[in-house]
Amino acid sequence: MKVNADRSVCIGAGMCALTAPAVFDQDDDEGLVVLLTEEIPDDRHEVVCRAVTLCPSGALSLENDPSS
Amino acid sequence: MTTLPMERETPFDPPGKLLDLAARAPIHRMTYTDGHLGWLVTGHALGRAVLAHPDFTSSPKDLHPPVPGREKVFGGGSDFLTPPGFFIRMDPPEHTRFRKLLTGQFTVRRMQRLEPRITEITEQVLDAMRPPADLVEDFALPIPSLVICELLGVPYEDRDSFQDDTRVIVNLESEAEEIFAAGGRLQAYFADLVARKRAEPDDALISGLLELDDEDLVGVALLLLVAGHETTANMLGLGTYALLTNPDQLAVMRERPSVVDGAVEELLRYLSIIHLGPFRVATADVSIGGQTIKKGDSVTISTSAANFDPARFPDPARLDLTRQATGHLSFGHGIHQCLGQQLARIEMRIAFPALLRRFPELRLACDPAEVPMRSHMSIYGVHRLPVTW
Repeated sequence: MKVNADRSVCIGAGMCALTAPAVFDQDDDEGLVVLLTEEIPDDRHEVVCRAVTLCPSGALSLENDPSS
Repeated sequence: MTTLPMERETPFDPPGKLLDLAARAPIHRMTYTDGHLGWLVTGHALGRAVLAHPDFTSSPKDLHPPVPGREKVFGGGSDFLTPPGFFIRMDPPEHTRFRKLLTGQFTVRRMQRLEPRITEITEQVLDAMRPPADLVEDFALPIPSLVICELLGVPYEDRDSFQDDTRVIVNLESEAEEIFAAGGRLQAYFADLVARKRAEPDDALISGLLELDDEDLVGVALLLLVAGHETTANMLGLGTYALLTNPDQLAVMRERPSVVDGAVEELLRYLSIIHLGPFRVATADVSIGGQTIKKGDSVTISTSAANFDPARFPDPARLDLTRQATGHLSFGHGIHQCLGQQLARIEMRIAFPALLRRFPELRLACDPAEVPMRSHMSIYGVHRLPVTW
């Protein structure tokens, strides 16, 4: 599974960084989403899905790897 | 068809009439106080959808008054709710400009760095408490006020000049003239403060925004200060009342540090202190939830009803600090979701357990039925909470 983050949509609420800090961070200047990794290991699927659902601005999206 | 149900039968449950409506459908026609036939959203999924939808404005300029007594404040060309810098009432791209100036100041990481200082402030506030006490005056209000004052660079000694006026503005029973006067005093206070920051900048947040012009900076500072203390204060006051009347849940909060983070989310969900609104106005015809909301229609999204939607939160009237309560709408949703939510979370995660650890015998010092509720304030909570230990 891959996750995409659109910084032009992000409003810096921090829900992703709060929910899945191993995958999402915020930059110090604007507080916008920073992806720490695009490929999500299996054991983090659930928490990343939760972060995507919680994102208030719709900046996050999931991409399923067709080979998996 | 309905008006907005506001009368609660119990301190914590949303109004029975509101829950009856919510049980029938997620969206309803609602008559606004000027006769406008608009909408009331009670469903969680639909509430999220409206708040994230680009075809609704947050500007209250064309909002019909949803609650009695606010006819002169909402709509009718009143600009009281939209002073310069009040970005919560703006739409993109204007909103985006202000929000991006501020989001870097309220990141998860930056808020976590404040933890030691918030702990210190909490301990000092607890040190000063003597039984019997009013938990609101002695605990719930000072902690977030001290924190936000320090963060913004507002002298805490000046709190009388903003706490009283804030109370007038959020009181639904205040006359419009009183509200306008209180707003004017707050504006004047911040105009003076901004002038002082220009002359002698410090390291705090307001001085970091001196690139804004004076009018905008006054509005931003005022908004952050009011949003930063009145909300968390009511969560701490009402939350303590809820814990004291649910001893099994109080024990969970005190004895299981690993659930505190989730417990705070559940208190946010269960208590919904923003019990009126948020409000939006459609800027185009929008088909949503099987209905067509016409351009110009006012929409009230009931946070309390959405947070009690059994499709999203099973057995919603039960306070269960161990449930998965994230996804509640207490901080809103969409581009206006609360800027200070990570600060509020940390304040509550520190303050509730610290209070219960310090005073293991904490209990109400009055009949639970006599706690004065903020039923007629736009932010719900308790006016006072007499406690002893």
